[in-house]
Amino acid sequence: MLRIAVCVKAVPDPKEATRIKIDPVTRTLLRRDVPLVTNHLDRNAVEAAVQLKEELDAHVAVISMGPPPAETIVRECLALGADEGILLCDQAFGGADAFATAYSLAKGIEKMGGFDLVLCGMASSDSGTEWVGPKIGALLGIPVVTAVREIVERDGRSWKVKASLENGYRLVRVRLPALLTVTRELNTPRALSFSGIVSARKKEITEWGINDLGVQEEAVGLRGSPTITANLTIMNGKDSKRAVEMITGTREEAAERLVEKLAAAGML
Amino acid sequence: MIDLMFTEEQEMFRKAAREFAETSVAPHVAKMEETGRMSDELIRALGEAEMMALTIPEEYDGLGLGYTARLIALEEIGRVSAATALTLQVFALGVAPITMFGDEEQKKKYLPGLAKGERLATVGVTEATGGSDPKSIRTSYRKVGGDYVLTGRKCFITNSHIADTITILARGEENPDLFTCFIVESGVEGFKPAHEEHKMGMRGCNTGWLVLEDCRIPGENLLGEEGRGLRIAMSAIGEVGRAGMVGCALGLHTACLEASVKFAKERILYGEPISNLQMIQNKLAEMKIDLEAGRLLGYRATSMQDKGMRASNELAAAKYFTTEAAQKAAKMAVDIHGAYGCMEEYPVSRYLRDSFLVGASAGTSDIMKVIVARWALE
Repeated sequence: MLRIAVCVKAVPDPKEATRIKIDPVTRTLLRRDVPLVTNHLDRNAVEAAVQLKEELDAHVAVISMGPPPAETIVRECLALGADEGILLCDQAFGGADAFATAYSLAKGIEKMGGFDLVLCGMASSDSGTEWVGPKIGALLGIPVVTAVREIVERDGRSWKVKASLENGYRLVRVRLPALLTVTRELNTPRALSFSGIVSARKKEITEWGINDLGVQEEAVGLRGSPTITANLTIMNGKDSKRAVEMITGTREEAAERLVEKLAAAGML
Repeated sequence: MIDLMFTEEQEMFRKAAREFAETSVAPHVAKMEETGRMSDELIRALGEAEMMALTIPEEYDGLGLGYTARLIALEEIGRVSAATALTLQVFALGVAPITMFGDEEQKKKYLPGLAKGERLATVGVTEATGGSDPKSIRTSYRKVGGDYVLTGRKCFITNSHIADTITILARGEENPDLFTCFIVESGVEGFKPAHEEHKMGMRGCNTGWLVLEDCRIPGENLLGEEGRGLRIAMSAIGEVGRAGMVGCALGLHTACLEASVKFAKERILYGEPISNLQMIQNKLAEMKIDLEAGRLLGYRATSMQDKGMRASNELAAAKYFTTEAAQKAAKMAVDIHGAYGCMEEYPVSRYLRDSFLVGASAGTSDIMKVIVARWALE
């Protein structure tokens, strides 16, 4: 049986982005006033796992780290087809940076027992470091392929995947166990269904704290985070200045000038 | 202590329904408005998303999730398209006589197909004599051998041209006091959908006439017993039809409020967003208060139904309040938008047109008051 672990993150709903505030002391995001949703690319990771389960003999476990409300996200993944859920939930995990998050998730995956494949979304919509997945792979001591947009071939435990680059892609052959971070091109996540939600009633979510993982408080959460956020500012429309400039000329000339201006502004 | 919170599972139902509405319903709205016709693709999508299965028991391939889950789904779909919510709510209304009064054979024959969306249901009660006075109907039946022969005309029937499993209320030819319900399948000889209405709102939700001309149906399609037809039809309308209209109204009301808030925050007058003006805030507050109150009335009634209690009185109160409030909210939404509110580019003009139809369906506001007054005088 192929054992798949999928890492998912509860992120503030991007549609409610204007309600996000920053803790002035820890300079972390204050999530309590904003509804949490599953990170979009993690939905692609869950979909990939469920598709593999539908095709092969596989068991899909979802693991997340977050406050108690994040359990809803794990339950949602069970409704989408995952078999079991793990929530790392402990005040000590709070305020974790990418390193401490990866460390805790890696410990959780280790505790879950053997696995063949770990799947993560390539990035989270709130932090966007693209770093947690690769670090989990490093901590678990397994090969990592980032930005996977297609599983091209599966030959036993030797898989060929297509991974995105800025200007193209690369074909990578990787041997399981491995960790893949995935992009939105990999699949179209299925919709949450009423019958899926009903079937999730029977599936279990296990909650683990730092004692269950056998980790020291200093190694996780804010205390285990080497990142120091010097400053964090929420940009909003009120602070930005709008300027309108009409570019004239033929279409070709106008396009050329537009590209020049965007490049000069550092947008290209 | 009364628990007035949705469960985690109900919140997930809402999320699923919202996702479905925004991704699968919204793309059809413009075409429905333009043509006045329901999209086959959307009907298929409703079936695939299990929206027809919500109230059908599990043993007949439904989900058996009950009335609160249904109200959540209708509210979310109504938020995007009240016409689609109305269509869907009437599918469930058409299913109700069979789940509530059908015999085992009828349930096995019809419910699995209705749950999957392979069959589509409606109810034919209203006639030109009016829907509020079902005893005045003229559609009649007579027994011929083991069969029944129905003759008459039904009007203002939602899903008239798309439904294929229709519960028809008729009265005995020999004994006009004998009101009886029959399941009529659309392909049967002597049955045909006739005139299709062009409504001011809820465009895309199909409404029309049904004509029965010596329409012969087998005896096994008798629903319940002869003489119990009024009770069957009124129970379905009272318990399921009214709850469905509450869902349509709540969804429409939410859409009015959301559109108004968005516009008020973006529209600059006197150098600042009009959301800062107390006249606008007053309207937004009224819309919000009515919406919250309507939700409490509606969800209390459906939670009673889910506990196996009758809630037709509570639903009459909820239907009156939510549909009236939705009309008021739609008017205020158009007012907040100013001249823009009269333009088709803004959805509030559609909301206003739609709002006039939530009141009339499944019993007018005046009839709801009659029921509520009877309840108060008990």
